Amino acid sequence: MSAATISSNTILSLPDQRTASMPKRHYINNEDGMLSWLLTGDHKRIAMLYLFSITFFFFIGGAFAGLIRLELLTPQPDLVASDTYNKFFTMHGIIMIFLFLVPSVPATLGNFLIPIMIGAKDLAFPKINLLSWYLYLIGGTFTLAALVLGGVDTGWTFTTPLSTHYLNTHVITAATAIFVAGFASIFTGLNFIVTIHRMRAPGMTWFRLPLFVWSNYAASILMVLGTPVLAIAIVLVALERLIGIGVFDPTKGGDPLLFQHLFWFYSHPAVYIMILPGMGVISEVISTFSRKRVFGYSAVAFSSVAIAVFGFFVWAHHMFIMGVSNYSALVFSLLTMLVAVPSAIKIFNWAFTLQKGSITFETPMIYAFGFMGLFTIGGLTGVFLGALGMDIHLTETYFIVAHFHYVMVGGMLMAFLAGIHFWWPKMTGRMYSEPLSKLSAVISFIGFNLTFMPQFILGYLGMPRRYHAYPAEFQVLNVLSTAGATVLGVGFTLPLLYLAWSLKYGEIAGNNPWQATGLEWQIQSPPLTENFTEVPVIDYEAYDYERLERKHANEVTTVG
Amino acid sequence: MANTIAAAHEHEATASHGHDDHHVSLPQHRHHFETQEQQREAGSFGMWLFLLTEIMFFGGMFFAYLLYRNWYYDAFVTSSNQLSVPLGAVNTVILISSGFFMALAVWAAEVRKKKQLVRYLILTTIFGLAFLGVKTVEYKEKWEKHHIPGASFDVHEFINPAIDAKTGKAEQRPLAPDMAQKTQVFFFLYFAMTGMHALHMIIGLGLLGWLIYRAQRGDFTDGYVAPIENFGLYWHFVDIVWLFLFPLLYLINRHPLQ
Repeated sequence: MSAATISSNTILSLPDQRTASMPKRHYINNEDGMLSWLLTGDHKRIAMLYLFSITFFFFIGGAFAGLIRLELLTPQPDLVASDTYNKFFTMHGIIMIFLFLVPSVPATLGNFLIPIMIGAKDLAFPKINLLSWYLYLIGGTFTLAALVLGGVDTGWTFTTPLSTHYLNTHVITAATAIFVAGFASIFTGLNFIVTIHRMRAPGMTWFRLPLFVWSNYAASILMVLGTPVLAIAIVLVALERLIGIGVFDPTKGGDPLLFQHLFWFYSHPAVYIMILPGMGVISEVISTFSRKRVFGYSAVAFSSVAIAVFGFFVWAHHMFIMGVSNYSALVFSLLTMLVAVPSAIKIFNWAFTLQKGSITFETPMIYAFGFMGLFTIGGLTGVFLGALGMDIHLTETYFIVAHFHYVMVGGMLMAFLAGIHFWWPKMTGRMYSEPLSKLSAVISFIGFNLTFMPQFILGYLGMPRRYHAYPAEFQVLNVLSTAGATVLGVGFTLPLLYLAWSLKYGEIAGNNPWQATGLEWQIQSPPLTENFTEVPVIDYEAYDYERLERKHANEVTTVG
Repeated sequence: MANTIAAAHEHEATASHGHDDHHVSLPQHRHHFETQEQQREAGSFGMWLFLLTEIMFFGGMFFAYLLYRNWYYDAFVTSSNQLSVPLGAVNTVILISSGFFMALAVWAAEVRKKKQLVRYLILTTIFGLAFLGVKTVEYKEKWEKHHIPGASFDVHEFINPAIDAKTGKAEQRPLAPDMAQKTQVFFFLYFAMTGMHALHMIIGLGLLGWLIYRAQRGDFTDGYVAPIENFGLYWHFVDIVWLFLFPLLYLINRHPLQ
């Protein structure tokens, strides 16, 4: 392989931006008026609708995170009462998990890109796709209603009997929100699976699919199989509150542990619903900016499916201290270790993709590097927590909080931002400010570590989660964490500003600003409503940079 | 046969207006599918996936049933004896008949017999309504016997069963007071499971009304049978759920008295 010729054609020699021009007709200006957006069946428009809505909820959830950190600045409970604090972290959890992380990559980038990546004109069921967005909005409205009416303080886990007997807050409203938003996610997953099975262009075999499609496919399986179990658990909680049935009530012969089983049967796979699509983004970004095919393509593809399968058999590791039997705890502990293997396969394969690649440090790549480091820390601490003895010590402390924020924020949010920056030129046709975006990636990385690294130590020292007061000796680490959260807030607000700015003032991006191989980069940006003018025929593998090289060379000779 | 239909429609399409879409065959054909066959396959695949989520949804309750049945076996036996097997059996027959007419409706749509399609859909609806009617009678009986959990549940007769006047024996085995309390768990599950099943039937009946209206317009007898087929899948799924509920709730715990 001639590295020299390829590097001559890397990102360093971008096509001349001055010659790129905005296409006359594209999906954004195809139809005008609010109604044409609200009743659209176009997967790209629905993706944009989703993007605006999840961004809105992300900043509300973020505001609650800010309030939590502000309260924890001092050891005394001086900002809010303990009940109010409980409502803060509950709203933070519900909004961030159900209204941001679960739909983040699938409903925005997945919606936008999966049909294009497989060479289809749209998802299989455009109306169901739109319905999914409306269900999401209804779920969001119920969440906001619960918030405005006075909040809910169960924690995002709705633990019984706390949620069914001991609280007089808006549990039913919040439960309805999650139930409805759950169906939004089921419909997204269902649409993806059918689309990927039935709508692939001629020649687009399973092993020519971009890894982004594979990982979204795996996440969709989890959405379709896991979410209904959460739905029934929530229905039973609501029935218990409303009419006093007692499936989870020990005084009536029910078992609270059953709720835990049903809840975590969804909510553990849910973390893979959140992270898998992000891993897909990272595969695309790493491959593009090291100008190489992803190392071990089929291993990475199958590891996504393996994560989806193993993900269903580890839920009880959330319940080690809740009275599951020692034997089942042992089995679940071993299975938990097992799920680390496919994740590690991905990390190692990305590392080998980088090896001897022509690496360039564009903004998406910086976010992707952030992901790899932070996700590795998050994943490895997950192995600590999967080990039975360690878990007894660390569970319900800030160690848990730090662990899942490393995976969810450090992993998933970084991947989401990598994806947004990577495909922004395709989605809008315009480039954002490169220096600003690099700066915000670095700020987020620093702010993130400053926020959550101290929490590992706090948790190890024994500071419990969900309390708004703590012993004075923990203050230094808490102040560091709050300071980090402030930096992180800046890091997340900046992209909102410069991406909004770029919509009008950004440079015209052209069709393929990154010189990437994916099918989505071979069409105009922003794409046409029907994506392709003619059905593409695929006779090449994914990430074939040498083919792109040859194609490029031919173009030059014909033009010259 | 399908080929000739498709060919005929293609001919029609090219004859009437030769625009750029080469695959036009039916007005219901959506632009983003390459062929009508692809559209039909996608629709049916989507429906199967949806049914898979339904299985998981009901699965949560079946799991709870298995767990509590193992824990409170005696309470489950006694409570199960309170359910009326004849009514349950009649309902099973009614529901299977409804499913049978649904299958006939799918056939009628495929062979393009509009009149028969409408007739079979109406019969499906009637039998569906009959099922809900019988269910209402059963629920009413539970109300009268204070077997509605959460409302005014009465465990008295499980502890001191009524004495049969003729034989002088108790109508059923008495339960210890703490086990008698657990009969509530059976009735939670009974109402949750049959109630959720009935809710699916009500939604299905609503859809049936809409399908009948469209079938009368002749929407489904020109080769576009996907909605009828997919609704058929849903309706059969609802039947199958009942075919599990009936033995689990009514039959398997029954014992002869003492």
